[in-house]
Amino acid sequence: MHSDLFPDAQPEASQPSDGSRRTFMQQAGGILGFALASPIASQAETLAQKLAPVNPVISGASPMQLKINGTMRTIQAEPRVTLLDALREHLDLTGTKKGCDHGQCGACTVHVDGRRINSCLTLAVMNQGKEITTIEGLAKGDALHPMQEAFIKHDGFQCGYCTPGQIMSGVACVKEGHATTDGQAREWMSGNICRCGAYPNILAAVREVEQSGFKG
Amino acid sequence: MNDLLLKSRNKQRQQRLRHEVSRLYLSLTDLIPMDTESTFFENPPQTVAVGQPLSRVDGRAKVTGAAKYSAEYNHLPGMVHAVIKTSDVAKGRVTGFDLSAAQREPGVLAILTHQNLPKPALTAETKEGKEAIGYSVQMTFMPLQSDQIFYAGQPVAIVVADTLEHAQQAAAKLRVSIAAEAPIASYQDTKAPRYNPGGKPDADAEGTKRRGKAAEAFAAAPAQVTATYSHATNHHSPMEPSATIAHWEAADRLTVYDATQGVSWQQRALSAILGLPQDQVRVITKYLGGGFGCKGPIWPHSVLTALTAKAVGRPVKLVLTRPQMFTSVGHREDQEQTLRLGATKQGKLLALLHEKTSTTSPWDDYAETNSKFMGMLYQCPNFEATTKLVKGNVMTPTWMRAPGEAPGSFALESSMDDLAYQLGLDPVQIRLVNHADKDPATGQPWSSKSLKQCYQRGAELFGWSKRNPKNGLTRDGKYLVGWGMATATYPVNDSQGNARVRLFADGHAVVQVAATDLGTGTYTVITQVAADCLGIAPDKVRFELGDSALPTTNISGGSMGAGTFASSVYTAAQDLWQKLTKMAVTDAKSPLFRAKPAEVEVVKGRLQLKANPAKGEDFAALMKRGSLTDLEGFGQGKYGAGYEAAQSGAPAPAKPDDAGKESGHAMYSFGAHFCEVRVDPELGTVRITKWVSVVAGGRILNPKTARSQVLGGATMGIGAALMEQTVRDPNLARYTNASLADYHVPVNADIPDMTVEFIDEHDPYINALGVKGIGEIAIVGTAAAVGNAIFHATGRRLRSLPMTPDKVLEAMRQPV
Repeated sequence: MHSDLFPDAQPEASQPSDGSRRTFMQQAGGILGFALASPIASQAETLAQKLAPVNPVISGASPMQLKINGTMRTIQAEPRVTLLDALREHLDLTGTKKGCDHGQCGACTVHVDGRRINSCLTLAVMNQGKEITTIEGLAKGDALHPMQEAFIKHDGFQCGYCTPGQIMSGVACVKEGHATTDGQAREWMSGNICRCGAYPNILAAVREVEQSGFKG
Repeated sequence: MNDLLLKSRNKQRQQRLRHEVSRLYLSLTDLIPMDTESTFFENPPQTVAVGQPLSRVDGRAKVTGAAKYSAEYNHLPGMVHAVIKTSDVAKGRVTGFDLSAAQREPGVLAILTHQNLPKPALTAETKEGKEAIGYSVQMTFMPLQSDQIFYAGQPVAIVVADTLEHAQQAAAKLRVSIAAEAPIASYQDTKAPRYNPGGKPDADAEGTKRRGKAAEAFAAAPAQVTATYSHATNHHSPMEPSATIAHWEAADRLTVYDATQGVSWQQRALSAILGLPQDQVRVITKYLGGGFGCKGPIWPHSVLTALTAKAVGRPVKLVLTRPQMFTSVGHREDQEQTLRLGATKQGKLLALLHEKTSTTSPWDDYAETNSKFMGMLYQCPNFEATTKLVKGNVMTPTWMRAPGEAPGSFALESSMDDLAYQLGLDPVQIRLVNHADKDPATGQPWSSKSLKQCYQRGAELFGWSKRNPKNGLTRDGKYLVGWGMATATYPVNDSQGNARVRLFADGHAVVQVAATDLGTGTYTVITQVAADCLGIAPDKVRFELGDSALPTTNISGGSMGAGTFASSVYTAAQDLWQKLTKMAVTDAKSPLFRAKPAEVEVVKGRLQLKANPAKGEDFAALMKRGSLTDLEGFGQGKYGAGYEAAQSGAPAPAKPDDAGKESGHAMYSFGAHFCEVRVDPELGTVRITKWVSVVAGGRILNPKTARSQVLGGATMGIGAALMEQTVRDPNLARYTNASLADYHVPVNADIPDMTVEFIDEHDPYINALGVKGIGEIAIVGTAAAVGNAIFHATGRRLRSLPMTPDKVLEAMRQPV
């Protein structure tokens, strides 16, 4: 059993700051905390009123601008639309997959400002002004990204449904420096489920890209 | 590549092919009467692309996000979203709906319940309906036809709205009143009667099977092993949730984009249920995000989407949520098996008695057929297997990867391991002692069987000879290390299907089969087969599948896909070459003019005289002279017993189960798994640290995609062994863990490097190419190999799947 089987403590600098799953959960947890604590429910109401000028209430569909794969796109969507549904249902960027809609499978992994996130756990409206990269934006024209090439070469997929998420995770995993050993890469690729069981091939692809010196 | 190198490579290839052809010719002349249909081996085209590790032809589409899955046809005009509202109650009656809040939600177009949903023309609840719908019926019950609730997760309403969010919100606000009754959760409920489904004409489950006198032989056996095994409910959980888009293009014409393993089956089923002529229903599945059996049958959501689209007059998209995937598309049933083995002191089996009890639905007598596996794996003169069922408030279970073989092998291969320890035999040795030289169930010879080679090669690759025969003695630091192995097998089922090939004079071809590729590699391997059959390079072939408008075929399931589709493409190509040969011998300008068609052979697209290969011409020259831009061939291919029966001139079997009896050979793939585990005795965790699978699965069309199939099967088996279980609350009969966070499937960190090898087999009885199919075999025996390794590591036998840390710790507390 090697120690690199387990994630090393995440350095402070690389902690997700904004728009990430963790931050979202903290925020949601905070809101939930208010909602559940009945004695302070009225305080929460007051707080909401106080915050009203900085957090205007928007209901119904409104225009929002998303910079996806280098192109600014405008959609009319409700604020509750997730980034994943915005991509799939509003922008017809269906390469990003919905496997669980609850951040449990990783099929919806995209890059936001260069970091991998589950697009089902973030709202589209929260991602305005950020650089969003999806699987459709990874290749440069006809030239595939080295990770895409490596997945084909090593047969890193079968049905292909988890594949966009695996590849986006793989690219980020190498860039984060979390693919330096087999054990480490296995651990840091474990947020992406592949039910077809292509794991050894996915590992081979990620490790090959890492060893080729590719840095993203 | 320079010419010299090319020539040298071609020469090598030709030599290899000649060698292969002559070798096969020998075996074929020995085994098959010469006047039967020629096979892939003896008649050109020879293998050039087949057997090569070609990367997937659909790989680029899959890594760029261009591959379109069923929920991704967003271009349909006016398409709206449907969301299913399900019952939280497992048994009861709907007493009323409060639609007011839901109806007030913006964008809501319709709320459909059993009171206003259009009725289907028929359902599988009647005998005629079941026959008309065909093989794809698993659950005969159709929800939303009455107020009755039979299982938690049963649809009670469908909400349609302009956006997904509006539909979800309205569904959440829809109130359904249900008068609940006490449900039966599983066979473990002692209130529920257990019954033997034998004798019921429609039962999918077998009743009792026997040969010899098993009970007497067991009682008299010098060595005995009796044990009871339990297997948790498992869910297929493919990454792509099932989805249906229904588009009525006219009042009587429907196109459905559906996540299904069989577009032809789905076409037949939907046309019967909706009362449409079959040609008026088109089912499209260009890419399928896994299935493992759960996308084989027709399930209610596909029908309900079509009915909903009819009701609202617009294309409707329905995507099941992940929790709904646990209550909409079947599951592997929870089951208990009691196995009694009687043997001689030398380990030779004398008796095998198997009893299985499992949970089925209120309407259907479904059970995996474990008994087939039990009765054929080892030579054993006395055998008895009994299936018992309990009707629970749960939907009908369905085929999940190796139904019967996978759970059955956990029981049998664990007990064989026990017997080996009891008698002081090596686990491989006891399996060799009981090796069945012919099928013990039918007495027939095997069409081919390379199981001994699988044991031998697997043991070599694993280093089995270094194994300490005593258990509980190997340590690595705090970890207990153990080695285990098990046998795998899977039948060659009976199947057939059609194909069309269209060869263009410019050297390109389009090949069409209404097949599906659920990740198995169908796109790729059939491209390879077609390339060789047509004598052109794979990149000149476009293989089209996933559309019921293409030639009808079987589902991708039961490991039948590759064998069936390959056979049909081969037959279609033969049809094409016969047409071209006829053209050539009647064309005064052809070098083959006036030759007898039987004297003409086709080698890599060239028609030539067998006796004088120099005399002939390329198909392109022939076609151009005849002013043909292209020409089509059509064929029906057979796979399994039906193929052998056709070859030998025997009558076609009345039903698939009888096929083997009339065709002369028992047809199975075989394999062996070897596994190393490290068990943490303090935490009860089990890690797989080494894995070897060796499979003899007939001709391997593509070793790269085949290896992935075996990796995937073994991985799913490791999941069943160590973590997968869907838990139904014993009082509410509701799943408590219907999500991918709570239903644990293996992740990357759970799976070690795996070694996979294939034993080269040439089986002339199963189909034109000798393909057995390898989609399922690798899950068979996997859980037992893990359990046997845990036994070797700890001295404790775990008989309840999954073997989670709590069970390991509990076992560690028991004396050895």
